[in-house]
Amino acid sequence: MTTDRPASSVDPKLLEILVCPLTKGPLEYDREKQELISRSAKLAYPIRDGIPIMLPEEARKLD
Amino acid sequence: MPINPNVFDRALLRRRRLRALALGAETFLLDRVAADLAERLGAVLRQFDVAVDLGTPTDAVRAMLAGNAAIGELFAASALPDADVIADEEALPFRDGSLDLVVSALALQFVNDLPGTLIQIRRALKPDGLFLAAMLGGDTLTELRQAFAAAEAEIEGGVSPHVAPFTDVREMGALLQRAGFALPVSDVERLTVRYSSPRVLMSELRRMGATNVLTERRRTPLRGTTLSRMAEVYAQRFADPDGKIRATFEIVWLSGWAPHQSQQKPLRPGSAQARLADALGTTETKLP
Repeated sequence: MTTDRPASSVDPKLLEILVCPLTKGPLEYDREKQELISRSAKLAYPIRDGIPIMLPEEARKLD
Repeated sequence: MPINPNVFDRALLRRRRLRALALGAETFLLDRVAADLAERLGAVLRQFDVAVDLGTPTDAVRAMLAGNAAIGELFAASALPDADVIADEEALPFRDGSLDLVVSALALQFVNDLPGTLIQIRRALKPDGLFLAAMLGGDTLTELRQAFAAAEAEIEGGVSPHVAPFTDVREMGALLQRAGFALPVSDVERLTVRYSSPRVLMSELRRMGATNVLTERRRTPLRGTTLSRMAEVYAQRFADPDGKIRATFEIVWLSGWAPHQSQQKPLRPGSAQARLADALGTTETKLP
């Protein structure tokens, strides 16, 4: 996809279809930290340059 | 000995694909498959609002489908830096029933748990959503596999795996069905590509990011003499009269639909309204 969007924001249509790859549970979008938070897996998936990194090994563990 | 269920080293695969991009990726095979994929999709008269290109190692499929009026949004999901979302084919990050179309070119042969990935794809599709993919099949690089085995057995007294155990096409239809796809279809296409030497073939595989990523691969460098012997065996057994060597690529095509009640289904046994014997104009005889 080559639609113009600010480098740091995720395509909202993409956000609609994403879930946690481990639990398939919902994600919360943390705009400040640029993370997608999976409460069910206790993981925060990073978003870099507007691209969600949906790899558990790249995610930050939540307490 | 513990059994390692992971045939493929996925982290190594990612590194190999990045190396291929850095080397200047060799994409003739992928470009051809992407063009075929676009053609096959063109035969399906349907609108796909949300589509995902899963794991295709370049933008070949996206380029072929760009401007396709039947596709609304197309998101590339792979481990490569130019994807729209970074994902592993073995753990898909897509909501159940959220996609109208999933396409994939030459990626799924390196998935460890193909049945698991197929089930995840089917679940991510909306009812009546389409999955269309091409992957490398069991006869791919059969010449290279045989030449390596012969050379290694002869020089080192043992054989280690150099070429991946690709899935047999005959298993694919059943796999699709087990994953819950309706109207599953698989067919196979064989391509023979000619190279000036086995070394040229291997350097091209490197630029395809397709060199050995088997978990059980040997971790020691191959001996020079083994490699030379492999090249000799390859040239003796698989060369054309003009000296060029042949390499087989088997492309397995898969397609299936997420079930929907509008789809054709076999009738319930015993639900016939007319006798077959009447239709055939013959008399019915009881089986012994």
